[in-house]
This record gives sequence, C-alpha cells and structure tokens, in this order.
Amino acid sequence: MNTLFDKIWDKHVVQIVEDGPTQLYIDRLYCHEVTTPQAFDGMRERGIKPLRPQQIVCMPDHNTPTHDQDKPIEDPVSKKQVDTLAANAAEFGLTHYGMLDKRNGIIHVVGPERGLSLPGMTIVCGDSHTSTHGAMGAVAFGIGTSEVEMVMASQCILQQKPKSMRISVEGKLAKGVTAKDVALYIMSKMSTSGATGYFVEYAGSVVRDLSMEGRLTLCNLSIEMGARGGFVAPDEKTFEYIKGREHAPKGAEWDKAVEYWKTLRSGDDAVFDREIVYKAEDITPMVTYGTNPGMGMGIESSIPALASVPESGQASFLRSLNYMSFAPGEQLLGKKVDYVFCGSCTNGRIEDFRAFASIAAGRKKAPGVVCWLVPGSWMVKEQIESEGLDKILEEAGFEIRQPGCSACLAMNDDKIPAGKLSVSTSNRNFEGRQGPGARTVLASPLTAAAAAVTGVVTDPRTLM
Amino acid sequence: MKQKFNIIKSTCVPLPLENVDTDQIIPARFLKATTRDEKFFGDNLFCDWRYNADGTPNQNFVLNDPTYSGCILVAGKNFGNGSSREHAAWAIAGYGFRVVISSFFADIHRNNELNNFVLPVTVSEDFLAELFASIKANPATEVEVNVPAQTVTNLATGRSEHFDLNGYKKYCLMNGLDDIDFLLESKSKIEAWEKANA
Repeated sequence: MNTLFDKIWDKHVVQIVEDGPTQLYIDRLYCHEVTTPQAFDGMRERGIKPLRPQQIVCMPDHNTPTHDQDKPIEDPVSKKQVDTLAANAAEFGLTHYGMLDKRNGIIHVVGPERGLSLPGMTIVCGDSHTSTHGAMGAVAFGIGTSEVEMVMASQCILQQKPKSMRISVEGKLAKGVTAKDVALYIMSKMSTSGATGYFVEYAGSVVRDLSMEGRLTLCNLSIEMGARGGFVAPDEKTFEYIKGREHAPKGAEWDKAVEYWKTLRSGDDAVFDREIVYKAEDITPMVTYGTNPGMGMGIESSIPALASVPESGQASFLRSLNYMSFAPGEQLLGKKVDYVFCGSCTNGRIEDFRAFASIAAGRKKAPGVVCWLVPGSWMVKEQIESEGLDKILEEAGFEIRQPGCSACLAMNDDKIPAGKLSVSTSNRNFEGRQGPGARTVLASPLTAAAAAVTGVVTDPRTLM
Repeated sequence: MKQKFNIIKSTCVPLPLENVDTDQIIPARFLKATTRDEKFFGDNLFCDWRYNADGTPNQNFVLNDPTYSGCILVAGKNFGNGSSREHAAWAIAGYGFRVVISSFFADIHRNNELNNFVLPVTVSEDFLAELFASIKANPATEVEVNVPAQTVTNLATGRSEHFDLNGYKKYCLMNGLDDIDFLLESKSKIEAWEKANA
C-alpha cells in the first residue's frame, strides 16, 4: 500500500481483466536482435503494425563482435539475426541504432545514458536484465517474445501485479566493496528464487550513497534472485544524471518533469508485503563458487559443507561443484585464473572501468591470463578514452574492445573455452553460459582486475 | 502452437534437479534462430545435458532413457529461472511436453509457457516428492491434469491437489486463444488511457 511501485503501476493500469491479469500501459519497449524476430513475424502474420512506433527503440547487442565492427560479421547466423533486426525496424518504422552508430551498445547501458529511460516510466524488453532501468526510478521488467509482440501490437501487456518487497542496506560500505558485491551478497542470502513474485524497492543509506552506475548494477541483478524487477526511488542524483542527456526533457518540460519525479517515493506509511534489512558492515568483496548467482560468498570464505545444504538441494549442489571442479569446504583465494571478463549490462559502465584501471595502474597483466575489457556502449568507450583510462590500461597490457554483450553469454566470438576458469563481472555463472564447459566466477570489477594482474583469485583489498 | 486444453492423462519424464535455468533448457547458441521452428528448438531441448560433446546422446540423461516418456515433465523447485528467453518454452513445446509440474516456477518462464500453450502446474513440495517417488518406483505412473477442475492427480497414489490458474487464462487455454487477440480488441481503452495521461 502506497509504495512507489504501487504509484507507478497503478497509474499505468488500463484495465483489470475480470478474474485475470492487469492490462498495463508500457511507456518504452526496447528491442534487441535475439528475442524479437519471431515477434515481428507474428505481427506480419496478423497483418498489424506497431500501435506506438515512436515508443519503441531497437539495437543489436548480443551478437555484435567486439572487434572490427566496421567489417561484416563473420558468423553468418549472427549476421542474419543482426540484419533481420535492421530490416524489421525499417519495415515497421522504428528507431534503430545499428552496430556502427555511435548510440549503439548494450541496450541496458544505452537506455539510461541516452535519457530514454526516465523516472516513473514502465519499461519492458525481451531480456531479463531489463530490471537495470529501475535505477532511474522506473518500473522495468523482462518479458518473453510473445509479450514483445503484445506490446508492439497494443503498447500494453497483460501481467499479474507482483507483490512488493523493500530491501534496505544500511550503513557505509567498506573500502573495496562495490554495488556488485552488495548485489551478490543479497542474492547469496535470498537464493535465486527468494524474490520470485516480487518487485523490489532498494533503499537505505548504502543505496542512497551509490552512484547512478552503482544503482544500475544493483537493479540489473534483481532478476537473479527471481524478482520481476528492482528499482531505486529517484532523487537529486538521478535528476543530475539525466539532465542534458539526448532524450531528457528540456526547458519548461524539464522543470515540469522534475516536479513530478520528486513525488515518486514510497509514502512514510507505505506497507510492503515483505521487508528485509541488511547491514553494510556484513558485506565484503564477493565471489560465486557454483553455477547460479545465489551461490556466492565473501572472498575470504570457504565453500559450504554438503551437510549445510538442505537435502532436496544436495544433488544440484554437488552437480554444481562437480561442474566447477571445486570441493565443499574449499577456498577460492589463490585458484589459478585463465580468463578475466570486465563488461556486460551489469558492469560495463564508466565507473567499472575506472575501478578496473585503479587496480591495473602501475601493474602488469599476469602472463597467461586472457583479459577482455568490453565497454557497454560507444559512449562508455569514448568516456574511457577521454579520461585517459585506455592509456593506463594499455600500459598495464590490457586492450579495450568494442561494445556489446560479449562473453557474458558468448553469442559472439568471445567464448571461454571448456574447462577454463573465468573471473567475470557479468551476471550469470550458469553451466555453459560463457561457452560450453566454461567455469565462471562472478565478481566486481575490482576483484576481476585483481585476478587479471595476479593470475589467481585475489582479494582486491590487498592491492588497494 | 495454439492448442485447446481439457483433461490430460500421461506418464511423466522426471527431472529431479532444482534451479533448472533457461540456459540449460536451451543454451544461448540456439537463440540465433530468426524463426519459431518448434522442431529445431525441441531437438535441442536440454542440449548440453542430453548430448555428449561429440554429439552422441548422453545415455545418463533422462530424455535418452526409454524407461520414461509422456507429455508431462516433472521438475525440481524453481524451474526456468534466469534468462527470459521464450525459446525455452518453444523447446519444451517443440519436444512435445504439454504440462510441466514443479513446486515453484520462475515468473517470466511461467508466463512464456502459458503463452505457448504449455501448462505450468505448481504443486506442493510434498506432492512433488511423492510424485518423484512414484515415478521412480514405477515409470508407468500416470498423472491426470484436469484443467476445467484445476486439479492434478498422481494416479499411482490417488493424491490430488488443486492448482492456481486465473479464470481469464483458463478460458484462453480451454479455447485456444492468446493474449494478443484480447489486447487488439481493447484499443478504445488504450486510447482513453493515453488521453487521460497525456
């Protein structure tokens, strides 16, 4: 009752279907190349056009190579999918930021940085990490391809209203602890299903203190505990971030917008279906040891013993450790690392590369480690260059690649080979996620950088 | 694709693992398809568990075990978590499953199944544990899913449970209708909302 989620959701209700779902109006639909071709086909089969084409923005990101983007994509299947999106956008009259367009990048990085995702909006995309846009103070969630078609056709979606949860993190984060660590910590407590059925509002002093980049990272990972989405109420920091961006309101429109955005907060009397409070002092740099993002621990901790896992979950737990070639009770510190990946919609923003560079500065990439640094967008890449981070990283033996989803899910050429261990700043450590047989340890950009310069899993605080 | 539901009676394929994510149901490399070819996705359902690296069937995986068959998949808690890829639902439908029984489904995947006329049936932990035991003891164990009555019955033990399904979706499933048919008819309501919120 009277939560910010209620305010935004209720404002967008077109109708509540009798003994059924809610028909919710959607302000913004993002389309990438992977989850939309069949939706466009469906539109053609039905002989219909998008109801509000101006509210739909398309860009390829999953298949894009992270080098030589000026040349044709080598993999013919990837090329076809990217070309199909461009053709569909042209046919249906939709905005499209193609691969070499300077506005291109990972859709969840581009939306906020172009001012396309704004407070109070409802935002959807055929991608579970759409929750990222919640950092702008929006209700944003991932949907399936049939639902993409629904939104194209009607600018609406049919959904059951989720329950509401507030997760507050109070206190002050210690040195070396980032938004990613907060998210991995929350997931380790909540498990991958602990927030299923809920929409999460992140609050508390730690969340207020996070930069917009940090909030985007935190909201991005909401889906990994099963939540439909997660968001942070907009504040001065949000307005400051948005002001002047390409699609942000301008002039008198800006003043009017900010006036409205300032009302977007949960009431003091708000009642949540569930409230959880975590303490900043309990959070250290985090790593995952298993094959789902909820299997995380403090970097100095040891993998749990089998006996501590509930019986119904023991088969999955053992299967997971077997895949990772880890044993119960083991520490990850000191394990040899083959690959390091810094990027993705989770940690592919300027702040993440500043963090990585802060560890790399004056050090050298460890021999034998393959490291992929992939900015989330061309805008991030330009920022890296304008701040001179590229020089620092090059001196340390690192190379900045071109933007895209890259090794997060290995739909392009950036695949971790079978059996190799990768410390990755991305969002999922599922079996085969970064390539068949690849073993993934999820961590923050600081921890990834510490692994990259030492060649083993290393506590970044020892290098700060 | 669009199918009408009434009463389904079938043997089951058991997958007693928890947290089966959609990357396992259909790995990302199969997401490059630009068509909704159910056979293609069905053939690659659980690909990395179902086939060895050399492409031969993994005889230890349940889909390759002739002991088990049927149009009902029975899976452990938190089925379909992770990526929103609807390709996972296409793969399940393409393989020939019409019902998935679990004690817990991830939200997006649950919707994706429903939008592809695969019925996710949520049962209690006890019901699920008993069903896994029944199937293990006798692979010929049948389950009856009665959509009009919203009941699921383990015919080996006679245990029956009610499952949730809202009236709107039940009507759609029993009549083979999808949400877009419904939304396209609501245009005047959409325009009224836009006018009120301009």
